[in-house]
Amino acid sequence: MRFSALAPVQAVGRVAISSVATVGRAGYGAAAAVRALRDGRTWAPHLIGQMAKIGVDSVPIGLFIALFTGVVLALQASYTFTGAIPLYFVGTLVAKTMVLELGPVLTGLSLSGRVGANIAAELGTMRVTEQVDALETLGYDPDAYLVVPRVLAGTLMFPIVVILADAMGILAGWATSLYLLKMSTPEFMKGARLFFQPWDVEFSIIKAASFGLTVTAVGCFFGFATRGGAEGVGRSTTRAVVVSSMIILVLDAFWAATLL
Amino acid sequence: MSIVLKDLHKSFGPKSVLEGFSLEIREGETLCIIGQSGAGKSVVLKHVVRLLEPDRGEVWVDGENVGDLSRKQLFDLRRKVGYVFQFAALFDSMTVEENVGLGLRRLTGMTEAEIHDRVEECLGLVDLPGYGERFPAELSGGQKKRAGLARAIATRPKYLLYDEPTTGLDPLTKAVIDELIMRMAEELSVTGVVITHDIESAYKISDRIAMLHEGRVRREGSPEDFRTATDPVVKAFVEGRPELLEASS
Repeated sequence: MRFSALAPVQAVGRVAISSVATVGRAGYGAAAAVRALRDGRTWAPHLIGQMAKIGVDSVPIGLFIALFTGVVLALQASYTFTGAIPLYFVGTLVAKTMVLELGPVLTGLSLSGRVGANIAAELGTMRVTEQVDALETLGYDPDAYLVVPRVLAGTLMFPIVVILADAMGILAGWATSLYLLKMSTPEFMKGARLFFQPWDVEFSIIKAASFGLTVTAVGCFFGFATRGGAEGVGRSTTRAVVVSSMIILVLDAFWAATLL
Repeated sequence: MSIVLKDLHKSFGPKSVLEGFSLEIREGETLCIIGQSGAGKSVVLKHVVRLLEPDRGEVWVDGENVGDLSRKQLFDLRRKVGYVFQFAALFDSMTVEENVGLGLRRLTGMTEAEIHDRVEECLGLVDLPGYGERFPAELSGGQKKRAGLARAIATRPKYLLYDEPTTGLDPLTKAVIDELIMRMAEELSVTGVVITHDIESAYKISDRIAMLHEGRVRREGSPEDFRTATDPVVKAFVEGRPELLEASS
C-alpha cells in the first residue's frame, strides 16, 4: 500500500534526475566539442565531405518540400483573400511566410529526420561496435574527428539549403499564381516586394544556422550516448529526431520573440 | 617497467564489476586474464588506456599513474599500447589499408610512402598481404581480427592488449590467431595482455594466467598451476564443470 502511494513520486524523481543528468552530459559534450575546435588538424580534412553529405545531399528534399509549400500557400492565400483583399497580397503572403517561417522551419524539421537520424545512427553504431574507442586508442579525439566536422557542416550548410528552399517556395507560389490563379507576374511581384525587407533573409539565415547546429549537435550527442546494440541505436535515432524537432520549434518561437 | 593495476573498483549503476582488482603485468610476458563471460575482463583492459576510469584504485603504466595524465600525456601513453578489439572495430567506410594506416597518420611524422610500406609490412605479419584495398565488409571474421591486429601493431607498440581475440572463430582460425599472438611476442618483443575465456588458448599462448572472479583476481600463476589447481572455482572454470561450483557454494 505504502509502495503504490510513493510510486508516482519515485517515478517523477527518477525522470527529474535523469533529465538533470542528460543536461549535464550535454553540457560536458558541448564543452568537449568546443575544446576539440582547436584540433583543426583532425577535423579540417573531414569538413568538406560532411558539408556535401549534410548540405548538398539535403538540397533535393528541401526543394521538394518548399515546392509544394509554395503551391499550397498561394492557393490558400487566394482562397482566404477572395473578395476582401487585393489578390496581389498572395505574393506578400507567399514571400513573407516562406522566408520568415516555413522555409527554415519545414526544412529544419525534415532535415532533423534526414540528417539528425543519420548522424545518431552512424555514431551510435560506431559507439556500440567500439569504433569510437578504437579512434581513441589510435590517438584521435573522437569529438574532433566525428563531432566538430558534422556540427560545423550543419551550421554552415543549413542556411544554404534554406535559402534555396525559400527561393523554390516563392517560385512555386509565383507559378501557381500565374497558372492557377490567373494573376500576372507584375501583380505577384508587387505583392512580394510590398513588405519585403533584407532583414527577413538575414532572419531566415540565423534561424537556419541555429537549426543546423541543433540537429547535428543533438544527433552527435545521442549517437555518442548509445548503449546496448541495435536496439540502442534505434532508440538513440528516435530520440535525436524527437528532441531536435522539439528544440527547433522552441528556437523558432525564441527567435520570433527576440529578433522580430 | 610494466603495467600495474592496484585495487581497482568499478561499478556501472548498481552493478559492481570490479571490487579490488589488483594485478601486475611484467615486461616481456604474455599474460592471459580468464574468467566467465560478464566477469569484467574487458573492463579491466579498458582501464589500462583510460577508455574507462576506475571509481577507486590506480593504473600505472611504465611508472606513470594513468589517472593523473593530461590529454597529451594520455595520447603519448596510447602510442605505446596497441589495442585489439573483440570484434576488430574496423572503420566500415575505410579500406583495410586506411584502417591500418590511421594510427600512423596521427602518431608519427611518416610520409605516405613510408606509411604504405609499414601497412604492407603489418598486413604481411598477420598473413593478409594484398588485402589493403578491401573493405571490412569483404573480410571474414578471422580476417577482420587479423586486420585489427595489424592496425594495433602498426605503430610499433610496446604493449598489446587483446580483447577476446578468438571468440566466435572456428578452431582452425583460433589456432591461427593464437600463433599470431605468440609470433607478435617473439618477433616484436611486445608485452601482451590477452582477455579470453578460452582456456586452451590461454594454456597455449600465455606465460602467466590470472583468473578474474567476483571482481578480484582469484588466482594467478603459470599455465601448469592452473592445470593442477584444486580451488573449486578455478577447477570448475578450467575443466568446464559447473557442478564443482555448486558443490563448493
